[in-house]
Amino acid sequence: MPVVLATDFLVWLLVLAVASFAWYSRRRAHLAAPWARVFRSRTAVASAVVLACYILVGLLDSLHYRPALPARDAGAPVAYSVEARSLLDLGLAPLRERFEKTYSAPLATRLFQREQVELPDGRTARDFPRLRHGGAHLEAEADWGKDVVLRALAGLAAAFALWSVVLICARRALVRRWPNVPWGAAAAALGAILALAGPAAMLADGFHVLGTNQVGQDVLYQALKSIRTSLVIGTVTTLVLLPLGIMAGIAAGYFRGWVDDVIQYLYTTLNSIPGVLLIAAFVLMLQVFLDNHGDWFPTTAQRADMRLLGLCAILGLTSWTGLARLLRGEALKLSELEYIQAAHAFGVSHARILARHILPNVAHIVIITLVLDFSGLVLAEAVLSYVGVGVDPSTTSFGTMINAARLEMAREPMVWWSLAAAFVFMFALVLAANLFADAVRDGFDPRVRV
Amino acid sequence: MSAALELAGLRTVLDTPEGELRAVDGVDLEIAKGECFALVGESGCGKSMTALSILRLLPDVGRIAGGSVRLGGLDLLALPEAAMRAVRGKRAAMIFQEPGTALNPVLTVGRQVAEVIERHTSLRGPAVRRRTLELLRSVGVPEAERRMGEYAFQLSGGQRQRVMIAAALAVDPEVLIADEPTTALDVTIQAQILDLLAKLQAERGMALLLITHDLGIVARMADRVAVMYAGEIVEVAPREQFFRAPQHPYSQKLFAALPGAAQRDGSLAQIPGQVPPLTTEFGGCRFTERCDFAFERCAREVPQLRTLEPGHRVRCHLRETERAAPRAASRAAPAAAAAAGARRLLDVKDLKVHFPIRRGVFRRTVGYVKAVDGVSLAVAEGRTLALVGESGSGKTTVGKAILQLIRPSAGSVRYQGEELTRLGRAGLQRYRAAMQIVFQDPYASLNPRMRVADILAEGMRSLGVGRDDAERARRIGVLLDQVGLPASATSRYPHEFSGGQRQRIAIARALAVEPKLIVCDEPTSALDVSVQAQILNLLKSLQERLGLAYLFITHNLAVVEYLAHEVAVMNEGRIVEQGPAGEVLRAPRHPYTRTLLAAVPKVD
Repeated sequence: MPVVLATDFLVWLLVLAVASFAWYSRRRAHLAAPWARVFRSRTAVASAVVLACYILVGLLDSLHYRPALPARDAGAPVAYSVEARSLLDLGLAPLRERFEKTYSAPLATRLFQREQVELPDGRTARDFPRLRHGGAHLEAEADWGKDVVLRALAGLAAAFALWSVVLICARRALVRRWPNVPWGAAAAALGAILALAGPAAMLADGFHVLGTNQVGQDVLYQALKSIRTSLVIGTVTTLVLLPLGIMAGIAAGYFRGWVDDVIQYLYTTLNSIPGVLLIAAFVLMLQVFLDNHGDWFPTTAQRADMRLLGLCAILGLTSWTGLARLLRGEALKLSELEYIQAAHAFGVSHARILARHILPNVAHIVIITLVLDFSGLVLAEAVLSYVGVGVDPSTTSFGTMINAARLEMAREPMVWWSLAAAFVFMFALVLAANLFADAVRDGFDPRVRV
Repeated sequence: MSAALELAGLRTVLDTPEGELRAVDGVDLEIAKGECFALVGESGCGKSMTALSILRLLPDVGRIAGGSVRLGGLDLLALPEAAMRAVRGKRAAMIFQEPGTALNPVLTVGRQVAEVIERHTSLRGPAVRRRTLELLRSVGVPEAERRMGEYAFQLSGGQRQRVMIAAALAVDPEVLIADEPTTALDVTIQAQILDLLAKLQAERGMALLLITHDLGIVARMADRVAVMYAGEIVEVAPREQFFRAPQHPYSQKLFAALPGAAQRDGSLAQIPGQVPPLTTEFGGCRFTERCDFAFERCAREVPQLRTLEPGHRVRCHLRETERAAPRAASRAAPAAAAAAGARRLLDVKDLKVHFPIRRGVFRRTVGYVKAVDGVSLAVAEGRTLALVGESGSGKTTVGKAILQLIRPSAGSVRYQGEELTRLGRAGLQRYRAAMQIVFQDPYASLNPRMRVADILAEGMRSLGVGRDDAERARRIGVLLDQVGLPASATSRYPHEFSGGQRQRIAIARALAVEPKLIVCDEPTSALDVSVQAQILNLLKSLQERLGLAYLFITHNLAVVEYLAHEVAVMNEGRIVEQGPAGEVLRAPRHPYTRTLLAAVPKVD
């Protein structure tokens, strides 16, 4: 049975909005030209490929369903599990289902801590027991090295084959159509990603590539699941931020007078309250509310999702002020321009002037701000979850992974792989987003002409 | 060695996305000591690039591709950058068009002049101060001691340009390059600055390279003239010969395009087309496509700069065989016919626009800026009233107050007897179609995000002109034809058009709602003289065909002579003199009008 979580709906709404915006821009030179400039930069194209991979994982993780439980008897109506799963879960079923007892290092065959084990002769001893799944296919543990290398090589070969196929297809479809885009950079980025993903996929079949955490869950699986949380925070928040920021900003700049005073007062006040305080208060209130109305949500995923949505909303409410301030200044400048005066001379209505004259002329600022804000929001989520006022503890996110890793770092010997995995995945995402944002800013900045 | 500055085969290219743009393409000229040499041409002809190349101050995308620049025998292009810095300011200095942006806003003006002295001389301390003071006095900055300690924003435009001149002349350069030094200034200030430059040049015996688009300034200042077109010099001549009988067709056109009383009854000569893109490779004369006399050899063979008589050289095939006749002297204008029984369209009585000055926490009003202070005027159907004045006189504010874009503080504006000042936004809607406006800057007056069809349809849609979109689309076709644009313009964006074409779009937009009166707020002052001629011709023919009335706001008296029936001269928010154009311009009664008329540099 398909389940549509609130954030799923919004994510797909955003995808639709972006697609229609792209369609709209294609025919408008003033929007298409800056994008063409953006995609003439090598870094932009490479980081776009990286971002696209993240988005693909996030979108797969945004299609949820409730699996049917096995019928107890033939005539009974089909019952559905209380657990909502996504398409990504389905694809990664082996990773999700292979639990160990507790910590194990990346690619290990044995647990990370000693336990009482029963020897074949009946005596017991303290030793590192073999893992239930990791390396269980190995007859003798001495074959470990050979097996890992073989799997990695096979993965590389598969990745290379896939890469070549994609390149041949892409050459036909894309290169001819947009000859100015540096496709070499795209191919290199894709190659690098595949070279990592191929071996990881082959190894994941028999091992825990990035180890397991305290309760024996696969860390790679957790890291992949965290991607959706980050993307949701980074994008759905803009649905709150955009309308507020745009409306308040251009209304203040265009109407001036008391409207400007009220809006400026509002955002100055809002800016003076420490953001974390406001977010903590809101999230705690939301938590109490959700606890009191547990029966509203058929699955735990839906409840956790509501908290994620709440977090997006409050992040949006606290971060629209920057955009509004930028747009106010621009609208102040624009409303003095002669084409706006000409519109007044035609008696064009305020609403129409805002929509036809002001909004299209501030669109570049909106786009630049959005892309720049994305990485900031992803990082904010990690910090908030670390502090404990972020996403629901049952939601996997980079923040919760780091939070859990706090104690692991203090262990002797140290458990480093959870933190390292969260760090690498988040770093790659934020770096790609920042590089892309830079290129977008350059492309849309009228003063920078390559 | 008599030449102070000598350019030989100078070529400067700019790297643009469209390819190599040859902004300066083989320019030869020499300027003698104590000579004023004027470089004339329309925008985009390479005048400023020539100046910047001399001092090697090109933008990042530009580079000098060949030729030589010799300053008193010193080859400037061979110098290393460090040595070049010692030349700039000391031996050759430059003043720019915009005195507002050429001065650093966070340094006192005295400091900026002193900086040049300290850089190039061994003077230090009080000696620098004395010298700075002396310089500021010599360029006529009043109360020089006090002004020295002030910042650029505290000075007027004319005073800023004086400070710029003082800084340029701080260490007695041999060559002064003035790039449109008075274009941003009012006509009375312009006259003062030009006099100052002439006086300083005579005193110091320096060479002056004056770059301008204004033939009036050339007539007043220059010893010799060079006309530049599309990166080349097309004619060089001593002033008298040039003004008596310009030989190149382009030079002749520049004269013919000048508006004035003599052309009142006819239309101005206009140069069709535009300057060709300088990225193209030229196989013939660059002026061929716009030339009335072009014959097949022009497109085939590049003309050389030929000497007609000593000092007069021209780049034209026609001049191999014969000379052009001298320019016809302008005739006295026939008196404008009196407005015979034309109906009053607009009546403005005692109009005042006061802007409050607010201070303090509670924004109390502590005074008023009286931008317009009691203006009365009337415009009759089918006639043109020119509102003349310098910047800051309040003429633009009058135009906007008449359209109720700025609400007047007092007075009345009546359109066909209906009082407009008391109407609200909704009440005004009925009169919006009757009165329209065309703005000065064709780059700021069209929304860059809208297609031409949408720009033209906006007013019609808002004011309910035309029944449906199909009818409006038909009307847009008619409008574009009226203003001389191709029908294919509808689906394009404003940035695809040149300045003159954009101004045509702006005029078409105003015409779209079938107005009776158009307020033209300096519609040609941002345009080149040949483009100005096109727009003025268009406005005149539209008036004849459609019976439009214009309130023509301008500072350009030549345009007034050409176009206006009545004139009102404005100064400091008031009208000081008003009457039929012929009377006011021939026999001004008010002293301000006389000053204004005397300050205009005249070609004849």
